[in-house]
Amino acid sequence: MDLELSDDQVALRDGIASLLAGRFGSDRIRAGFDRVMWDELAAAGVFSLGADGFGWADRVVVFEELGRACVPGPLVAGSLAHGSVEGIVGGVDRAAAGEVAMVEHLDALDRVLVLDDDGIAAVDAAAVDGDPSPWPLDPLTPVTRVASLPAGERIGDAALARDWRRQGSVLTAAFALGLATRGTELAVEYAKGREQFDRPIGSFQAIKHLLADMLVRAEVARAAVYSAGAHLDDPELPGLDRSIATAKVLACEAAIVNGKSATQVYGGMGFTWEVDVHLYLKRAWVLDTHFGSVEHCSDAIAKSLPSR
Amino acid sequence: MELRYSESEEQFRAQLREWLEATLPTLSPEPGREAWPERRTWDTDWQRRLFDAGYAGLAWPSEFGGRGASPTEQLVFLEETTRARAPYVGVNFVGTLHAGPTLIAEGTDEQKSAHLPRILRGDEVWCQGFSEPGAGSDLASLRTRADRDGDDYVLNGQKIWCSFGQIADFGEFLVRTDPNAPKHKGISWLILPMDTPGIDVRPLRTVLGSSEFSEVFLNDVRVPVGNRVGAENDGWRVTNVTLSFERGTAFVSELVDSLRLVEDVAPLVTDPAYRRELGRCAAEFDGLWALTKRSISQAVRHGAPGAGAMVTKLAYSEARQRFGELCLRVLDRGALAIDGNELVEERLRTLALTIAAGASQIQRNIVSERVLGLPREPR
Repeated sequence: MDLELSDDQVALRDGIASLLAGRFGSDRIRAGFDRVMWDELAAAGVFSLGADGFGWADRVVVFEELGRACVPGPLVAGSLAHGSVEGIVGGVDRAAAGEVAMVEHLDALDRVLVLDDDGIAAVDAAAVDGDPSPWPLDPLTPVTRVASLPAGERIGDAALARDWRRQGSVLTAAFALGLATRGTELAVEYAKGREQFDRPIGSFQAIKHLLADMLVRAEVARAAVYSAGAHLDDPELPGLDRSIATAKVLACEAAIVNGKSATQVYGGMGFTWEVDVHLYLKRAWVLDTHFGSVEHCSDAIAKSLPSR
Repeated sequence: MELRYSESEEQFRAQLREWLEATLPTLSPEPGREAWPERRTWDTDWQRRLFDAGYAGLAWPSEFGGRGASPTEQLVFLEETTRARAPYVGVNFVGTLHAGPTLIAEGTDEQKSAHLPRILRGDEVWCQGFSEPGAGSDLASLRTRADRDGDDYVLNGQKIWCSFGQIADFGEFLVRTDPNAPKHKGISWLILPMDTPGIDVRPLRTVLGSSEFSEVFLNDVRVPVGNRVGAENDGWRVTNVTLSFERGTAFVSELVDSLRLVEDVAPLVTDPAYRRELGRCAAEFDGLWALTKRSISQAVRHGAPGAGAMVTKLAYSEARQRFGELCLRVLDRGALAIDGNELVEERLRTLALTIAAGASQIQRNIVSERVLGLPREPR
């Protein structure tokens, strides 16, 4: 039993963190996702970790760092589809066939994965007809309203769809964990430097307690996410789906609540476009809609508990 | 990262399970909640059984009669004993988990040999005399005086929140030996025999109506100077060394118990909104269970748990209160009579979680200053 990073995982984390710090700073992130960014991430091995022999717990470590840097783009879909689908791949997780879908990053995609209970289809992005939103909630996640999706090419059955949902949930939770962690770091840095009443605001208990709670949320979520990653590597152990839902609930909630708390700590600046905090909160809201929200995952956990 | 336990840990688990299965049915029924002399007998009998089977002082080094178990084995032990609903550490709490470890770290050879074997065998019960009516969160402001008189200290003052004070043989007491020094620098740690003349123990009734805590009044109580542990006026540091014994296992029993309660309560929860809240509570407890395992992994690897151990108390106490509140709501008017209903009783008990052993507000100060590096509040 070991839920601490191994030396190799520390090296992996530090490697991706320094790559992101060097090339994916705030200005680059704010320019949004594009083909060049995809190629750069692909060259760094972000999508091919599985093919390169890394396990899910390792991939979790990488996605946590991608989240800390708030890297935009269909990173989870690209990682799941690696080796199965060519080109830039995005994804739609469709609970029920036929419903209106919000497709993210459509303009930048070659293919759209459509996951539902029956299986996985790959659809040519060019064949998807929709209405791009001029004003997406997260400026770094452009969305297109699509009334119906073409059938596309069947690339996986129901069992594979279930596996990809599990894996996608864990990678999404890991990314959200990174958002929650960075939100805490940003707020702590600001609270140390910002002075009011002739003192750093971080010396006031009202602020400190907000920040302490942010750390608490991120630490509990981190343990749950690492545990779910290790569970994916050892799926025979009982309770796989519950551990995944737990990771998703705790990480997305941590990302959302920490995003809101960071906004509060930044005060008026937190309500501006110029400060990055809103980008972290908005992405958290986006990710909560992927693979089941906090509420839906809580329902799924409850369903696994005894009932009358 | 790896969720499976090693072969030797699984072997430890299997042997423990076997022993629990053989031993638990032979225990006499648990005495009533307020029957303190009987509780003492029952709890110390359990401690003696643990000792005879080699499970006493699991975390204690073997040279002091302990098992010297790894943090992971401690986790397994607490997990299995709680699951099997074995007796809780009960009246042995202060001796085995606080005073004993302090003596191991700071006691003289004489103090160690006088107390450690007896604590381990369940022959000796300890209580704690730290808090005072005027010294709660600000413990170092304590005012119980210990005036030197020849080879004795003479104690005068009042302590509060002494668990099991009414049936303890010894107490670990913090007293002020230098009233003129800065508050952290004038405190000493004493071993107080509880039958010393001048000690008056009065039960304190909690919101549960129970009396596991006492107030202790000290009136010219004479204690030999040789009962001091550590140097005079160094008691604050002596008290804090015990914390280094903590290996992230502090909430294992509570979490295992919480997860069992979730399973037990689940069939009663039919309303969809409550059901969702129950799922959310289960996620929180599962997350804390993972955090516990992570902290223990860090303790194994680095010798001490990381920041996660510091946040466990904060997160656990709130999660448990949230769950307790859900239980009351699910029971609806059925919750209006306690009548031995575990869930109602538990809800009341959880009120203490955000107060005892460091109020949540103080914990947040500590986390924000020590982990996040925020400036201190001016004091």
